[in-house]
Amino acid sequence: MAGGVGISTGPAPASERIAGLSASSWRRAGLAAAILVAIALPFLIGKYHTFELTLAMIYAVALLGLNLLSGYNGQISLGHGAFYAVGAYTAAIMMQRWGVPYWATIPPAALISFAIGVLFGLPALRLEGPYLALVTLAMALATPQLLKYFDGWTGGQQGINLTKPVPPHWLGLGRDQFLYLLVLIVLIAAFWVGANLLRGRTGRALVAIRENPISASAMGIDTARYKTLAFGASAAFAGVAGAMSAIVVGFVAPEGFGLLLSLSFLVGSAVGGIATVSGALFGGLFVEYVPNIANDISDAAPGAIYGLALLMLMFAMPVGVAGYIGPRLARLARRPRASASNPPGESKQIGSIAIQEGRKP
Amino acid sequence: MTGAPVHQFLQQLFTGLATGAIYASLALALVMIYRATELVNFAQGEMAMFSTYIAWTLTNAGIPFWVAFALTLAASFLGGVAIERLIIRPVQNAPVFTAVTVFIGLLLILNSVAGWLYTYTVQDFPSPFGDRPLLHSLLTTSALGIMGVTLAMLVLLYLFFRFTPIGLAMRAAAQNPVSARLCGIRVGRMLAIGWGLAAAVGATAGVMVAPILFLDPNMMTGTLLYAFAGALLGGISSPLGAVIGGIAVGVMENLVGTYLIASQLKLTVALAVILLVLVLRPNGLFGATLVKRV
Amino acid sequence: MRLATRLFAYAAPLALLAAAGQYAAAGGTYGPGASDTEIKIGNTMPYSGPASAYGAIGKADAAYFTMINEQGGINGRKVNFITRDDGYSPPKTVEQVRKLVEEDQVLFMYNTLGTPPNSAIWDYMNENKVPQLFVATGASKWNDPKGHPWTIGWQPNYRVEASIYAQYILANMPDAKIAVLYQNDDFGKDYVIGLKAGLGDKADKMIVATQSYETTDPTVDSQVVSLQGSGANVLLTAAIPKFAAQVVRKVFDIGWKPAFFMTNVSSSVSAVFKPAGLEKAVGIITAGYTKDPNDAKWKDSKELGDYLAWQQKYDADANPADNNVVYGYSATNTLVQVLKQCGDNLTRENVMKQAASIKGQVLPMLLPGVVISTSATDFAPIKQMQLAKFDGTNWVYFGPVMSGVGS
Repeated sequence: MAGGVGISTGPAPASERIAGLSASSWRRAGLAAAILVAIALPFLIGKYHTFELTLAMIYAVALLGLNLLSGYNGQISLGHGAFYAVGAYTAAIMMQRWGVPYWATIPPAALISFAIGVLFGLPALRLEGPYLALVTLAMALATPQLLKYFDGWTGGQQGINLTKPVPPHWLGLGRDQFLYLLVLIVLIAAFWVGANLLRGRTGRALVAIRENPISASAMGIDTARYKTLAFGASAAFAGVAGAMSAIVVGFVAPEGFGLLLSLSFLVGSAVGGIATVSGALFGGLFVEYVPNIANDISDAAPGAIYGLALLMLMFAMPVGVAGYIGPRLARLARRPRASASNPPGESKQIGSIAIQEGRKP
Repeated sequence: MTGAPVHQFLQQLFTGLATGAIYASLALALVMIYRATELVNFAQGEMAMFSTYIAWTLTNAGIPFWVAFALTLAASFLGGVAIERLIIRPVQNAPVFTAVTVFIGLLLILNSVAGWLYTYTVQDFPSPFGDRPLLHSLLTTSALGIMGVTLAMLVLLYLFFRFTPIGLAMRAAAQNPVSARLCGIRVGRMLAIGWGLAAAVGATAGVMVAPILFLDPNMMTGTLLYAFAGALLGGISSPLGAVIGGIAVGVMENLVGTYLIASQLKLTVALAVILLVLVLRPNGLFGATLVKRV
Repeated sequence: MRLATRLFAYAAPLALLAAAGQYAAAGGTYGPGASDTEIKIGNTMPYSGPASAYGAIGKADAAYFTMINEQGGINGRKVNFITRDDGYSPPKTVEQVRKLVEEDQVLFMYNTLGTPPNSAIWDYMNENKVPQLFVATGASKWNDPKGHPWTIGWQPNYRVEASIYAQYILANMPDAKIAVLYQNDDFGKDYVIGLKAGLGDKADKMIVATQSYETTDPTVDSQVVSLQGSGANVLLTAAIPKFAAQVVRKVFDIGWKPAFFMTNVSSSVSAVFKPAGLEKAVGIITAGYTKDPNDAKWKDSKELGDYLAWQQKYDADANPADNNVVYGYSATNTLVQVLKQCGDNLTRENVMKQAASIKGQVLPMLLPGVVISTSATDFAPIKQMQLAKFDGTNWVYFGPVMSGVGS
């Protein structure tokens, strides 16, 4: 949860101490507590709710990839469902055809999605704004068709039914609990990788490119290389999420990877806050739960309720939940020391706010 | 009748032209919004679909077609203005991403509400131009009608932007809002009018294509993508480009599906070709080159 | 505002239902979701997304149960029908079905829509021994009593229908050159498979061209022109109503006059032929099993009167001529029969057993002669269809009620 603040503000100065602890220690403690709660959850709630949360975490991994692309690369993608599909089918085909154990399919899913992402990122480099949107939208629409066309591999329309993993006996866990914890590990790993990627050299280079590509290349940053890599990494996250979904759901079919999936990724990313790491969590929860809630309210027009909820949220928090909460949390943390004089350059410190100026190419 | 390769080719070509005219008419509406806001309105197709249902309701109530059409245009214009004021304005200064998300929300709402009000059953929609075959069955009057109306819209838009004070003011507001404001142009109002006009252009497109595609809430879902592709192929800021691009996409899609590959991958290949064109000419065939400033 | 009134409209009968639930028979044997007063049934439907036209089936199902409940329920028990939106996305179906089975504790799933969604929950239902009754898809794989004893279909499957056309072509058009236009999914492909199976070793010679389309395609005009170019004199169209209407019009407009077979899915006069133009559809052949509510033949019958009265009272927003509404009305009628047969033994085992022992049920909105029967080795309730030709206003049925190959 604290990731968004942490990444965008960078390490807090040692002088900022609250109750004797530095802000970063507080953050670490909060993170540890959050992880503990997350581990405990499947033992407190029912099987179905565990399954629901598992799906939400899978979406969060995919959204993290999308955030990397749109928040830090400044590129929009309406087609990340395609990479999700690549990951899902990689896992499904390996498990079903070659009897590869489920856990061993995740690295290949990441690699293959990465490679396809890089290949796709190369032409995407030359495209901006609506042009990139079109190409990625086309990718989303073409995915089910391609899956059906190569039916020798994908099982075509019939899809592929998978045997669900059986948890090892010595763990004494139910299948849903086991899958939940498995996905939780992947989620934490993904966030760790994502946060490090962005905190380090790569992240700074990406932000520099996003803010001003021409100056960035003048400073000696290899714009094309970073942008292509970011596209690949973003696709890899989506691919890992796809593979996890195939394992958890136990079935893949072209209908599961249509335009609506890609659009809900975009929506989740925007709702969470695009230039944040923690936003992916909020986004994942939104993508998983809000359609169900909309359906509970109305069978007649669930889409309208969902759309309305989406509009309301975007009006209230145009930069997403994490983009909204993050800066406020940061300000709260700073208040004891200097409440009267907020530094004028504050918004510069918050990565998620900077995106507000990202409208013009 | 059957088999003659030349006839077959002409048949595909004219079918492509007719389909292309459908894309072109919706592409024009996309260009209208883009010129006003530099955004692609993904809900444009659903807005056009909704307008068409308004026209359908009116004609079913016994109102003569052209009167119903005029009323629909007026209603759509007001609807477009209302959407701009209520839904777009609050996120006007938010990132592009937020705006795109809002468009998706709007798309979902319009589609769902139309399904709720009118059901998903396919509805019959009368063509004002009849449905008689022309030119040895190469064309029908309704297809010819769409082409004519699309060209007429193009000319009207050109004249509007070129010669009317309000059209000039809109262009100024879109190109340089700050200077326009200094010259006394009310930029906000221009934006609202831009949305209203785009909605009216979309309504025209919807009413013209409904007799061919048949009216249902998902009528425009697939069409929008092709229209979008057409608009970009032509250069998203150019109405003429949108029309030529839309028709080119229609023709290409038909010929590719017939002569190159299995029809299953028609869409995929057509899009790959567009991608190639865009990589070579990133601003489309008729688009102005973007000048980057540091 | 409308929403509020609708919510109230749903809530009011529910309140009545709760009050009326007192005099139910006591002392039955119950599985999850069943009690002296209630039978809980789960369902998934595409109320949103690209397949939302089929949502009409779920609404008709619900409307039929409302009528049954108002009439006192089944053996004194009210039906609590919980239907949820899966947007035709298989992962969502899994989620919704798990919610229904594990959280809501339904006795069984009924009429879940679509081949991909049902395939996704197929193993789950069978592993957990929860009945998956009368799935709303025409794929042939649901008739698998040995491998999947907890899943049963309802409608005649698409391959059977296609093989009926094949039989007709073999008998009446020995020099047929067949063109097929199909939707690029399981629905369309099953017709191609069934046609080939029905034609047997003549298939390769007779089928001269196939073209497919995607539901995202704006039109199928180009495919029709290509098929005409193949020189075919027979056209089989496996398309959903919107595209079927486009095909009917385009075939006429380009002056092509093949023997035209239309899938039963798109045989609605008002939803397909009327938009295309009735005169353009004259001579089209289909195989039917339900009655078209607009057909003049049934106009004065009690069966149609009952149907229309039900629709106006309980499913007023629907289009009465919509095949999907007839479908939901008829399938739910079959289910009610099964539940009546269950008596006071409402366990999952008995529900499945009764679903597999329907003896010649005749339904008001099915064609005369079409009967529903199942057995422990036969999980395909409807196997019969009758050919019909469109005369410009109505379907004219001809020949015997037929069963296809491989039913």
